[in-house]
Amino acid sequence: MRNLYSLIAGGLFGIGLTVSGMIDTTKVQGWLDVFGDWDPTLAFVMTGAIFPMMIAWRLTRGRKPLAGGEFPPAPSPVIGRNLVIGSTLFGMGWGLAGLCPGPSIAALSLNGFGGIVFVAAMTIGMLMAPVLKAQLDTALPNPA
Amino acid sequence: MEQDWVWGLVGGLLIGLAGSVYLLANGRIMGASGIIGGLVDGSGRNTAKERLYFLFGVAVFPVFIIPLYKEVDTHLTENLWVVAIAGILVGVGTRFANGCTSGHGVCGISRLSLRGMVATVFYILAGGIMMIFARHFLGVI
Repeated sequence: MRNLYSLIAGGLFGIGLTVSGMIDTTKVQGWLDVFGDWDPTLAFVMTGAIFPMMIAWRLTRGRKPLAGGEFPPAPSPVIGRNLVIGSTLFGMGWGLAGLCPGPSIAALSLNGFGGIVFVAAMTIGMLMAPVLKAQLDTALPNPA
Repeated sequence: MEQDWVWGLVGGLLIGLAGSVYLLANGRIMGASGIIGGLVDGSGRNTAKERLYFLFGVAVFPVFIIPLYKEVDTHLTENLWVVAIAGILVGVGTRFANGCTSGHGVCGISRLSLRGMVATVFYILAGGIMMIFARHFLGVI
């Protein structure tokens, strides 16, 4: 059943990204471009997505997941340097191409060769991350 | 187009519904970078199958609704250097931060996670600065 639930969630996610226009890089970049012709769509998408999720988080209280197991533990309050460095690097890439991981998969059928290059580069980046993290910890130990 | 925000809201609700299904049924946070990353570095080996089913849904379901549109253009830049550099930044960054727009943004903020909110502030600021710099100063996008 887990696989079926995953397929349904993935399908809804892909359709939501398509319908909302978030697979269109100009919508993402248009939202970020406060000095240009500002596009407010992304704010509506975020609001629309957060609302059902707030209800879902509330429903997790005192229950177990349908497919068994446990719900995720409470969020960690620790703001480490990896979170800040990572979010900054991710944001730079997101702004540059107008793509983040979800839409890069949802738009694979539309993005042609460039879409494949993005996903391949993202995969390489994900493989580089643990190596870079280890180097950072060696160069600057005791992360605050 | 003036209707864009309506479709944005509708699409957003579907994204939130997707995250709700993933959470309430499988007990997991729907974060695209985490789902992909666990497959890439092998850390999600035990749950590889459900990750692949999820990504298959993300990639394939849009194919069924795209024909309903007269024209769909994702406007991805044709500059492959820009695409490749952006991809590497997204890959490294999301693994350092342990999340992206879906995990930290949608799933984190909706449960008032401090980490999710801090991450979102940083990637929006960095994204805005990078985008404006690349468009208005470098002229590469």
